[in-house]
Amino acid sequence: MFYREAGQFKTSYYADQAIFPILQDRIGVAVILFVAFTLPLVASDFFVGSVMIPFLVFSLAAIGLNILTGYTGLISLGTGAFMGVGAYACYKLTTIFPNVPIVVHILSAGFFSAAIGVIFGLPSLRIKGFYLAVATLAAQFFLQWCFVRIPWLYNNNASGAIEVPVRTLMGIDVTGANATPEVRYYLILAIVVGMTWVASNLVHGRIGRQWMAVRDMDIAAELIGIRLLNTKLLAFAVSSFYCGVAGAVMMFLWYGGGEAADAFNINQSFNILFMVIIGGLGSLIGSFFGAAFISSFPTLLKFGLPLIGIHIGSASVEHLTHFAIGALIIAFLIVEPHGLARLWQIAKQKLRVWPFPY
Amino acid sequence: MRTPTGWIFGTALAVVLAAGAPPAKAEEGIYVPLLTYRTGNFAGSGTPIANGMRDYLEMLNQRDGGIGGVKLIIEECETGYDTKKGVECYESTKGKNPVVHNPYSTGLTLQLIPRASVDKIPLLTMAYGLSAAADGRVFPWVFNPPLTYWDGASVFVRFVAEQEGGVDKLKGKTIGLVHLDAPFGREPIPVMEDLAKRYGFNLKLYPVPAQSMQDQASTWLAIRRDRVDWIYNQGWGAMNPTAVKEAVRTNFPISKLVGVWWAGGDDDARAGGPEAKGYRTLSFHGAGADYPAVQDILKYVYDRNLAVGDRAKVGENLYSRGVYNSALIAEAIRTAQQVTGKKVVTGEDVRRGLESMNISEERWKEMGFAGFAAPVNISCDDHSGHNRVFIAQWDGSKFVRGSDYIEPMKDLVRPMIESAAKDYAEKNAGWPKRTEACDGRS
Repeated sequence: MFYREAGQFKTSYYADQAIFPILQDRIGVAVILFVAFTLPLVASDFFVGSVMIPFLVFSLAAIGLNILTGYTGLISLGTGAFMGVGAYACYKLTTIFPNVPIVVHILSAGFFSAAIGVIFGLPSLRIKGFYLAVATLAAQFFLQWCFVRIPWLYNNNASGAIEVPVRTLMGIDVTGANATPEVRYYLILAIVVGMTWVASNLVHGRIGRQWMAVRDMDIAAELIGIRLLNTKLLAFAVSSFYCGVAGAVMMFLWYGGGEAADAFNINQSFNILFMVIIGGLGSLIGSFFGAAFISSFPTLLKFGLPLIGIHIGSASVEHLTHFAIGALIIAFLIVEPHGLARLWQIAKQKLRVWPFPY
Repeated sequence: MRTPTGWIFGTALAVVLAAGAPPAKAEEGIYVPLLTYRTGNFAGSGTPIANGMRDYLEMLNQRDGGIGGVKLIIEECETGYDTKKGVECYESTKGKNPVVHNPYSTGLTLQLIPRASVDKIPLLTMAYGLSAAADGRVFPWVFNPPLTYWDGASVFVRFVAEQEGGVDKLKGKTIGLVHLDAPFGREPIPVMEDLAKRYGFNLKLYPVPAQSMQDQASTWLAIRRDRVDWIYNQGWGAMNPTAVKEAVRTNFPISKLVGVWWAGGDDDARAGGPEAKGYRTLSFHGAGADYPAVQDILKYVYDRNLAVGDRAKVGENLYSRGVYNSALIAEAIRTAQQVTGKKVVTGEDVRRGLESMNISEERWKEMGFAGFAAPVNISCDDHSGHNRVFIAQWDGSKFVRGSDYIEPMKDLVRPMIESAAKDYAEKNAGWPKRTEACDGRS
């Protein structure tokens, strides 16, 4: 009823291949974008800075991992480290070339991460599944060791952490303490929307088909003429590019400085893996769902409960959050092992045939 | 399938709406947020400190009705020693006019330092955080009394020299630094290296990665192999009891293991069992429940059932650290009230209060802390004071004073701090020049 495509005819292949072939979907995306871009006008600084910005950063990282794990079927536990490569690359770039706009550095940091990702992706031709996960785990430990042990990466400063310098864009501070959450939010939003659009085109096109063919059965894929090494390495490169940009964005536009042990450790890798699994493997919208669930939900619970009048000690809230998130993860996976994206799909399907059950 | 979806989206929507709503208007008072961690890997050290901090301020509210007649609004925010959650806490509290922030984490401190001057909220990083922040000319909004990690390392070397019978006896000795492999743990390295060159001892570094804090077998094997004479332990959380345990297990003379002040929890030493007797740690305050102010805490907070902690743990070393931290906050607020003549002070006033803070021996006594700690002196240029510390020693059941007050090597540390601060300002292009006027001594 609400979601009926009857009467929407396609008269060209171009129209048939559109990512959003149904009018309601296009309206939906337009509404989401409108809400996203007007949100800072109505929401509080805290909501924009501590809920929306982390959500967007993690969405980007989750898209990166989803390309590798969800679309190509290569399990990675090195996401945190690849984010770190992006952050440190961006830091080095911006201190060496302070006059180049920070956005250029953030995006080029992705290329460094992609290069490192390709190197650690090389074994993926020979090893699969858990064995590959262990190889990427090695990447995690090795890269994190580099972040701590190579003082050149953090410009030899005494604290051993990235200290984000002030950078401006068209006269407005975008990094450093004077940058308002709104400015940082808009910049991140622009990056995330742009990169999601690119990812969407990638996964719906020839490259995406190759990735999915490799994921579903690599021998069959090879038989139909897909070159495995190129395809897998491309997946590693694109995935690491997204993760690297996410890391740079996280350090420069959200954290505003920090240390490798804290931001790019194995926990971060696991967190993003959970986002991808909860959100839905092989789904871009699932990456957003997963990021919202794992990153924003605890924050909302922690600061939302006192606001709606439930006052318990701050440590108890933390315990409660862990408990609730854990229970919800298990509940979700029992109800729908394919993640939140699948729930979303089912919901859309229900709306499509409503009021009839099928 | 229908029900859970609707339920979940409904809940999520309610929570989103709630979070988007404007925060409730703060009542009249002085708002003191406490960024604490009672959960996570470091909860063992974080909980007693959180209790001490909270209890002392609560006691002031109950006994004196706050400070200068203005009630303190105390709010804890749980960081879990996680920088992401810490930043969230900072952001959620900064709109309520906090007068001072205590990040209680080196990682979080590094992130808050640039924000302090913009948000006009002073940061009190008591004996942790960035050592270079002691230079008040570059960091007018950051305070790290009573001393920095660099001072601490120099005190350790001075103590070792004293024990060995003179500075010249240090030549040829091997001194190890067991440290957490993070910015916090690496802080003392520059000073130790400088002193090793100066006095001719061998410095050996034993980094312990955060993920293997509880597995230091290989570290201590290396310590035995290197025949280390003295060890300085710059550790925190689960790393400390493990170090003490491993020292006992490998028969390292326990009294030659000296922890930084954060390695001085009662539970840290207790982990080593009876053999841990003699374990040393730096400290800048006494422990025990005999001080009148601590008795007041028992009377006004615990007897009235306003406490969250365990009564038996009042007076332990880390609990006393929390109390000391809150005593500094209270004294800064009191000084701010004197300097400005206002009753309800703001963050900017408390910054001035911190800069004029001078807790003399008499003042400690007045506060009910006779003999608790050395005088604390902060000035506009010197935000740490490089004040004296002593060595505390574990007697098998509690920490007791194990030495006289020892003066840090200020002549060595101060120039290093100044050059590091200058370096920081240069690397962070656009670092604001100090424009805040100096009140001088009140």
